[in-house]
Amino acid sequence: MSDTHAHSVAFVRTETLPQLPPPVGERGAVKWMRENLFSTIPNGILTLVALYVIYRFAAFALPWIANGIWNTDSLAECREVLDGTTGACFSVISERWNQLLFGFSYPSELYWRPALAFVLLFFAAAPVMFFDLPRKLLIFTALYPFIAFWLIWGGTILTPLFALVGIVVGYLVYSRYVRDSFAMGFFGGVLAALIFWWLSGYVTAALAPEEPFLEAVQSRDMGGFMLNMILGVVCVSLSLPLGIVLALGRQSSMPIIKWICVIFIEFIRGVPLITLLFVANVVLAYFLPPGTTFDLILRVIIMITMFSSAYIAEVIRGGLAALPKGQYEAADSLGLDYAQAMRLIILPQALKISIPGIVNVAVGLFKDTTLVSVISMFDLVGMIRGPILSSTDWNGVYWELFMAASVLFFVVCYGISQYSQWLERRLATDHR
Amino acid sequence: MAETQPSMDTNVDTSQMQVSDEVAITIEGMNKWYGAFHVLRDINLTVNRGERIVICGPSGSGKSTLIRCINALEEHQQGKITVDGTLLSSDLKNIDKIRSEVGMCFQHFNLFPHLTILENCTLAPIWVRKTPKKEAEETAMHFLEKVKIPDQANKYPGQLSGGQQQRVAIARSLCMRPRIMLFDEPTSALDPEMIKEVLDTMIELAEEGMTMLCVTHEMGFARQVANRVIFMDQGQIVEQNEPEEFFNNPKSERTQLFLSQILGH
Repeated sequence: MSDTHAHSVAFVRTETLPQLPPPVGERGAVKWMRENLFSTIPNGILTLVALYVIYRFAAFALPWIANGIWNTDSLAECREVLDGTTGACFSVISERWNQLLFGFSYPSELYWRPALAFVLLFFAAAPVMFFDLPRKLLIFTALYPFIAFWLIWGGTILTPLFALVGIVVGYLVYSRYVRDSFAMGFFGGVLAALIFWWLSGYVTAALAPEEPFLEAVQSRDMGGFMLNMILGVVCVSLSLPLGIVLALGRQSSMPIIKWICVIFIEFIRGVPLITLLFVANVVLAYFLPPGTTFDLILRVIIMITMFSSAYIAEVIRGGLAALPKGQYEAADSLGLDYAQAMRLIILPQALKISIPGIVNVAVGLFKDTTLVSVISMFDLVGMIRGPILSSTDWNGVYWELFMAASVLFFVVCYGISQYSQWLERRLATDHR
Repeated sequence: MAETQPSMDTNVDTSQMQVSDEVAITIEGMNKWYGAFHVLRDINLTVNRGERIVICGPSGSGKSTLIRCINALEEHQQGKITVDGTLLSSDLKNIDKIRSEVGMCFQHFNLFPHLTILENCTLAPIWVRKTPKKEAEETAMHFLEKVKIPDQANKYPGQLSGGQQQRVAIARSLCMRPRIMLFDEPTSALDPEMIKEVLDTMIELAEEGMTMLCVTHEMGFARQVANRVIFMDQGQIVEQNEPEEFFNNPKSERTQLFLSQILGH
């Protein structure tokens, strides 16, 4: 450097040095590979071994997939077409696609109804998931369960209509009496709704037309991925509010409420889901008055909801515990009552902390819906293990079928996971 | 009170601050235990409207617990507390009513991190007072201007400095138009530079005649603003006096020791 003075400590820069590009080995792909793949000799060896494993796998799987047959009617025919070459018999998926989605006894001319319900699900879920959308869309979300029920099960519209009116009646009674005391409003509302539903049962039986607008489909005819979606969506959306109530109840200062919640959570968490499903399938019938028909899907929904709500309650309890005590005190000191403090201050923060845990439970719950196949319900896995694999046409097509099931589940679960990550970023207000 | 433009002059003439004869808070024979530990012992205190009381004492002396009893953040087991003419009972509606009349500022601000500054300030007026949103926002902006941070209204608490957060906390309390303000060591978690901005805000409040109970170690503030200083030790009120007398001529030995320790350097 010409402008430094060798004999003096004092130094003044008189001109700015030009910007230079980094040396060749320190930029671009070369730098990335050196740093990430070959930073040390053992890492280099591991990279080569991993590349070899990936190559071997791809060398087997890619031709198998690329050479797949999509348009034959049986395994034998498919093998004939393949003629000894490597290739998958994806034709089982294309031939049985409707069965995989809707089960084998849902009337095929009515497939449009659950398909429409599925499409509408996105419209119903959107205002809940993306809260920047106009709040008025929530009206459709509130109506969606009844619309979807009517579309999928069909029958007289009176059933979902009375179910909806019953809830409205319960709410009116609740808001009438809640000012006196919460317990009176709550139990009064529940009681009013139950009485209304009980009475409306007779009205429905008397008024229901012989030929309803939408043909009725029985619960035992539900199947395929549709059944997994029904169970997954219903149970997740029911178990989240129930889990919140249980988590708050476990923190309650009232011993009776606290112990009911603790015992419920600990008992349910201590029992395998499969046991609860057997209970739903078999044992529950013993406790019901003889002659009552209690829908199997409803029983399964109750059991799965109880199971996952216990887990969600514990996840949310973790979120509640993570909040500083000062948040409760600040809410209290402003004169907010318990319900306001929880709804406006505590739960928004606790739920935000709990998002990863809740999503974990939700994804697990969705996949656990395949367990209903062991109580002889024909969900996606039940369909594959039962009717499809045991048919003479497709006996032995394991890989292709279970791959298809994996892809269907993966798409949904990965979607949930991606949404939750977006939600966490969207709600992050602390380090902007 | 909106029109008064308070001076930033720190040498406030305290004699101009009026104290009325009307009683704001009375505490009679109050005792509190944590389990078997007797944390507050026979507290008797009357606070007049417009009075500014500074409570000091060593840590663990029960000073925070005392002011937290006034808005029922802590339960007391014996004695009577009357706030603004309302006897504090265990009835939740009664407690919520008193809390909405009594503002409180905490050592760690306790702003709601998931809400903007403005939302922090409008939340309680909207939900507790049922104020229309627009009106609540106007009130909130008024008080945010008063604590000199109106431009931060749409930020989140995490983006503000400690001193700014504490001033927001004060504004948040003021939005409920409280008649009494409690301060629980409002400057203890702040850098020295930020202490002044918070104290200035509190001095302005005092000038406007707010009834204030303040737990603090800021003896300069006590000297300047308080019209009574209370010294607590081991759960008891050991000494109370006018600030001049209290600092220059403390009566009890324990007070003398405390003052010599905190003013000694």
